[in-house]
Amino acid sequence: MDLPRYPYHQTLEQRSGQPQRRPVVIVGAGPVGLTLALDLARRDVPVVVIDDSDRIGEGSRAVCWAKKTLEVLDRLGVGEAVAREGVRWQRGRVFHGEREAYAFDLLPESHHKMPAMVNLQQDQVEARLVRAVQLDERIELRGKHELIGLEQDESGVTLNVRTPDGLFDMRADWVVACDGARSPTRTLLGLSFQGQVFEDRFLIADVRLAPGVRPRGLDPAKPERWFWFDPPFHRGQSVLLHAQADGLWRIDFQLGRGADVEAERDEDRIKARVAAMLGTDGFELAWSSIYQFCCRRAERFRVGRVLLAGDAAHQVSPFGARGANSGVQDADNLGWKLAAVLRGEGGDALLDSYEAERIAAADDNIGHSTRATDFISPKSALSLRLRKAALDLAAHTEFAKPLVNSGRLSMPTDVGDSMLNTPDADAWSGGPAPGCPAPDAPLEAGWLSEQLHGEFTLLAFGGAVDFDGRMQVLPSDGIAAQRYAAQPGSAYLIRPDAVVAARWQRFDAAAVRAALARAHGRPQ
Amino acid sequence: MSKLTLTPNFGREADAFYAELIAAQAGLSDEKAADWLARLTLILCNHIGDREVLREAFALASDHHD
Repeated sequence: MDLPRYPYHQTLEQRSGQPQRRPVVIVGAGPVGLTLALDLARRDVPVVVIDDSDRIGEGSRAVCWAKKTLEVLDRLGVGEAVAREGVRWQRGRVFHGEREAYAFDLLPESHHKMPAMVNLQQDQVEARLVRAVQLDERIELRGKHELIGLEQDESGVTLNVRTPDGLFDMRADWVVACDGARSPTRTLLGLSFQGQVFEDRFLIADVRLAPGVRPRGLDPAKPERWFWFDPPFHRGQSVLLHAQADGLWRIDFQLGRGADVEAERDEDRIKARVAAMLGTDGFELAWSSIYQFCCRRAERFRVGRVLLAGDAAHQVSPFGARGANSGVQDADNLGWKLAAVLRGEGGDALLDSYEAERIAAADDNIGHSTRATDFISPKSALSLRLRKAALDLAAHTEFAKPLVNSGRLSMPTDVGDSMLNTPDADAWSGGPAPGCPAPDAPLEAGWLSEQLHGEFTLLAFGGAVDFDGRMQVLPSDGIAAQRYAAQPGSAYLIRPDAVVAARWQRFDAAAVRAALARAHGRPQ
Repeated sequence: MSKLTLTPNFGREADAFYAELIAAQAGLSDEKAADWLARLTLILCNHIGDREVLREAFALASDHHD
């Protein structure tokens, strides 16, 4: 598939030298910036997205897209395509030395529109997003616009931008930095970006198998995730195999701390590593790179009128697929809040809640990611020995399997203590508490997730109630009622980012009004 | 108050328990014995299950060294 471009054009704003004030300028046209642009546009907020490049970045980056991300993308019109084109895998196998330690099935819960996760190369997802953005008249995507200066006062932000035609100024009410781990915006803000740098080097090789080749019995028609600890073909390190779309496989070799990076870049050497792993040379090397990673975050995600999202705000190891997934969830959390503030419906506190909620999520993701990394790359002889013990025991006992950590799949973080939540006043025997994601469920036709439309929605179980906002009536028995532990008369207030804001055993119009105000950052 | 049992728990059998502990890994090389001890640690931690008890045990193990 040809990747779309967004070539540079000189704009009237540049030629005239008169900055045109914009509600929102997004810096960075990666998956996070593009998701946020689509989200804001659907809320009728015009957006300018600037990027220092004019094309989608190449090479191996994100691969795994988790259910919550797919639901967000679905709301923006690209989720079905990503879910369809992505590879679904169910079986994960963990090997230790010569042996298989254990295998697991993802066994995703049925009756959700979106799968637990799909694997699809990041550039394919970005291509979908760029096309959707380019079809939307409310979004202007400008290539070869490099942010080099940033100033803000109470009334707005001035961005100094370098283009092939020289420097010019833009003016915005709000700026969102989605410009990646090396974020120039973050640097201009002078924010620290601290955490743990892991010394281990990793080699990524994307390979395409020759027709009919079934390495180690792997059936390309039934993709699996394979993870080796200390395999015979790569002693003392770990190796990960993941399926991608179009017959591509991702192989991730841990090279250790003392790796000779220059020597490891040698193509013959990479091919020899891959051949030893696959047990065949029936493959073509499509891409390779060597990387090192960090688990860290910016000290703040909001500085006045500038907000940070995605890798610009936080960085994790690749184990658990928490990078791009958490970035898309940043965009999901921020879009409706920015739109509400711009419309005057939301208080400024909404944007503080973005920072609080997404810092909590970033710390959660960094915690998971750091623990997986410590298991994969033990820091001492005793840690290595305990890991070996866990892997040996996992082959024979159930209890040790959950101790083995080759990455924990990205899940949305609950924000139970968010200032936007209205705490439960009633007793509940289950269902999602305030701050938890609203689970999907099948409806008579279609899906609950399709009926939320990115707006505040009251779920009314067992019949309509006297509520003047968006309402979705649901039966008081069936899968939705079970998932929400609902009785006839129960009601849930769902935020635009599909998080539960409040819930009641019995609908009460005044209580719902108060919860709505609180969820808009205007507690009464 | 400590949740970790710090009073003797084997009664008159303390010597017999200790002899069994030594005997269980007596035939192993140092390397294999260290692996054995690591497996035993995980097995017992899981059996205990209570994170607070385990944290107290970790702290006690850290406090007492020469």
